Amino acid sequence: MTAVVPTRSPTGSRPSGRGSTRRFRRLSRSGMAGCFAAALLVMVVLDQWLGLNVALYVAGTVAVGTALVYGVSRSLEGPRTAKDRLVTCLVYSAFGLAMVPLLSLAYEVIRRGVERLDGQFFTWSLLGVLGEGGGAYHAIMGTLVITALTTLISVPIGLMTAVYLVEYGSGRLKKAITFLVDVMTGIPSIVAGLFAYALFVIFFGPGVRLGIAGAVALSVLMIPVVVRSAEEVLKLVPNDLREASYALGVPKWRTILKVVIPTAIAGLATGVTLAIARVIGETAPLLVTVGIANATNFDPFDGRMATLPVYAFYQLTQPGVPPEFAIDRAWTAALILIALVMGLNVIARLISRLFAPKPGR
Amino acid sequence: MTSTSSSRPVLRRGDRVFAGTAKGAGILIMLILAGVTVFLVVEAAPALTAPAEDIPGGDGLASYIAPLLFGTLLAAVIALALATPLAVAIALFITQYAPRRLAQGLGYVVDLLAAIPSIVYGFWGVFWLAPKMVPFYRWLEDNLGFIPLFAGPTSATGRTMLTAGLVLAIMILPIISAIAREVFRQTPTLHREAALALGATRWEMIRMAVLPYGSSGVIGGAMLGLGRALGETMAIALVLSVSGGITFNLISSGNPSTIAANVALQFPESSGIDVNTLIASGLVLFVITFAVNMGARAIVNRRAEFSGAGS
Amino acid sequence: MRSARVRARLLVPGLLVVPLALGGCAAVNERNLATGAGEQYSGTLVGAGSSAQQAAMQGWTAGYASLQPEVTVNYDPVGSGGGREQFLAGGTDFAGSDAFLDEEELEQAERRCGPEGIFELPNYIAPIAVVYNVAGLDELNLSPGTLARIFDQQITRWDDPAIAADNPDVRLPDLAITPVNRSDESGTTENFVDYLFQAAGEVWPHEVDGNWPVPGGEAAQGNSGVVAAVGAGNGTIGYADLSQAGDLGVARVRVGDEYVAPTAEAAAAVVENSELIEGRGEQDFAIEVNRDTSGSGEYPIVLISYHIGCLSYDDPQTAELLRAFMTYVLSEEGQEAAALVAGSAPISDGLRDQALAAIDAVRAS
Repeated sequence: MTAVVPTRSPTGSRPSGRGSTRRFRRLSRSGMAGCFAAALLVMVVLDQWLGLNVALYVAGTVAVGTALVYGVSRSLEGPRTAKDRLVTCLVYSAFGLAMVPLLSLAYEVIRRGVERLDGQFFTWSLLGVLGEGGGAYHAIMGTLVITALTTLISVPIGLMTAVYLVEYGSGRLKKAITFLVDVMTGIPSIVAGLFAYALFVIFFGPGVRLGIAGAVALSVLMIPVVVRSAEEVLKLVPNDLREASYALGVPKWRTILKVVIPTAIAGLATGVTLAIARVIGETAPLLVTVGIANATNFDPFDGRMATLPVYAFYQLTQPGVPPEFAIDRAWTAALILIALVMGLNVIARLISRLFAPKPGR
Repeated sequence: MTSTSSSRPVLRRGDRVFAGTAKGAGILIMLILAGVTVFLVVEAAPALTAPAEDIPGGDGLASYIAPLLFGTLLAAVIALALATPLAVAIALFITQYAPRRLAQGLGYVVDLLAAIPSIVYGFWGVFWLAPKMVPFYRWLEDNLGFIPLFAGPTSATGRTMLTAGLVLAIMILPIISAIAREVFRQTPTLHREAALALGATRWEMIRMAVLPYGSSGVIGGAMLGLGRALGETMAIALVLSVSGGITFNLISSGNPSTIAANVALQFPESSGIDVNTLIASGLVLFVITFAVNMGARAIVNRRAEFSGAGS
Repeated sequence: MRSARVRARLLVPGLLVVPLALGGCAAVNERNLATGAGEQYSGTLVGAGSSAQQAAMQGWTAGYASLQPEVTVNYDPVGSGGGREQFLAGGTDFAGSDAFLDEEELEQAERRCGPEGIFELPNYIAPIAVVYNVAGLDELNLSPGTLARIFDQQITRWDDPAIAADNPDVRLPDLAITPVNRSDESGTTENFVDYLFQAAGEVWPHEVDGNWPVPGGEAAQGNSGVVAAVGAGNGTIGYADLSQAGDLGVARVRVGDEYVAPTAEAAAAVVENSELIEGRGEQDFAIEVNRDTSGSGEYPIVLISYHIGCLSYDDPQTAELLRAFMTYVLSEEGQEAAALVAGSAPISDGLRDQALAAIDAVRAS
């Protein structure tokens, strides 16, 4: 604390010598609204001269409105309160600004994505499809197979590591693992992809593209997320439960399997679901390890597979002739991808809400 | 095996097996991380030893990676400069300004930004954001063109370094703001109430109690964001117009690529030594992000210990 | 509580079962493929290589599948270099490549294919168009030197005297030129640069390479990216597969004394009149495109993509399948299918007869 909290009362900062009635004059809510209405008016007038677009309109209104609020507040309430109001306006606008990409992105993806959101999209692949029509059945299947495989690899490793960290670990090994898991969360996804490629190229030779390699790459990204969330959840299991179990003569490993994990199962399921949501939209690692295919391939150990994000990427960047149809397919794939991720997030919240142990008896 | 009291040694063995498995999983994670390093080095080695003229570009590995590294850092720094103040403001909004009942919901909304796959950001960046930025860039070129950053000539499509940085900023915004939110929320209530009781306005309270308390957390969060921005791939690959080498010109169409985006774009059709070169560039990226993340974690963890002791 | 726990415990494995339950059923369009008449083959043919050919290959595989439903042709668009590498290593049956094999690769090919050697057929010919987007400028003629200086960023405005000299009766706008190039390594770039290098002479100072050599221009990924970037700006000029050009203006290029627009016929013409490279195998149709041609109606900016395979295979089935598939690719029907989906130029009849002879020479050893 460098600055000393002012000992004067707020009134002390106001210009003295003004009438005592001033002390009670405050900028009301409607007064603030009035400032922004006036700002809007200014922009309407400016529009006549300059011809503004929507973005400038909104930005200008906010900027002029904020300036007005500051000015009015300064003359009515003094500089300290005025500054407070200025910051309030800025903080609110910052939040509003952050909503612009979210809303415009959602609007844009839905608007362009619904174009091809039809039955054919979900039942057709691209085999033999030229131009119009076709679908992403093969890509959806590929994403499901690879994600399932990733989950199968990551969950046991991640869960057991979390069990180790919470129940067994101690000393330097625990510290080292905790730290490395933290660092692992920051591995760029493309590096994970390159790693999986470098690993498989040793066994299969250059140019290898396999579903399993994609699953390995995604596991590198998913494992630390699973460890992190499982660790948090396991820590929340009350020690009383463990001790009660030990007191009954139950060995530690059975206590963990039969008491600790079942108690935490809702939280674990939530964590796993969120971890799946984290990796299901990954594009870069799959681009370098799995590639793209036109036909359905269910076998992750045999050649290229299509996956939804990579499919979207290639449909957009290599659309063929004429390009419109492929670009429409790309947007629909993006829409499905967002729906999948959001759906998984909702499921995760539902799990934690529905299955959470009720407090008390 | 099933009975709990008759055969103790068996139980011990079960315990040992289970504990061993758990420990093995933990060690496996360390092995994976070591494996990432080892396999990347092994596959990058041919590019490290190859004669300079075999490397794409013909001038050796260092001059191949240098512009990419520059582009990576430039994009990440732009993103960080744009995102950090905004993220702090958003965290303040959610923890200090928004009505308490709404705060959690608004937090979810910001977190949604983190859930959107990066390729979708790329789509949005190319089709929505980039064209909309062109008039703004024109204005920058006309009015601030004397600053080398905005020298132009303005890209006709808006697929510039500044647009790429902007998209990155949006992507790391939720990461920084989540950590800032966490530390701001932990500000001891006593400090806050003391400030308010002494007659401070809300902003004065934030400046004196909340921000000093949360500053190291914000720095750590910003570094985590930096780590993410350095490795971000698909959005950049789609948004950035790549040509030419090192330049600070942010609004023209000639930009250096980033390591990650370059790998994503070149890898699918590369073969031979080109693949090794790309893996070598990936290794560089891995080392940098590793260092940044380690620094960030060290800062965040030190703060956590400090606050843990204080509360 | 208890049932909730059980439910939650079932949920995670349950999620995993979904893809497996859905699995096993092929996409609608992959079921019930029609059976054709005539001699029926069956088996799988594996190729890899040029992504420029990918669209055409989709046309060929789709067309061939309707004739020979039992034959599967897998083509992996790994890029020309990767395609040659995998073929020479014996991983694939044939390669698609935007460039013919070099000396070193020819030696490797002998090891891969035996003393009979290989065939290289220019099965895919794509004219590369110079596309531009300038409001009010409907026609544009350019000589090679002007074109080279525009893309070298020496000519920076549309009303430059050099452009005016090529377009005497046209009002050129006072507007900056934004050249657009490919950001990825590509055969399109390599062929375009090769044209500038050979046709423009000293005006073009850069080496021929698949990576665009001039820094600072607008760059975009893929043909479609270039076309989109050119379309998005005003005063832009770029190069892309003719098939992708869409509504953009397409420049005519000076050949001899006339200005020639890119068309399938003009592209096929220049390939037919170009020299084969000497000293290679009998069935090796590696072509040195005559970029500085002055022949009437020839358009010299073309991309040629080859199919490369062995003249003898250990497996008689592979030899048979390859012969049958390549015969389809070379047929009028096959070239028509590629032209439809990829906008390529069908090969000339003269070239077809030679190439068919080469394909007939493919044997099982």
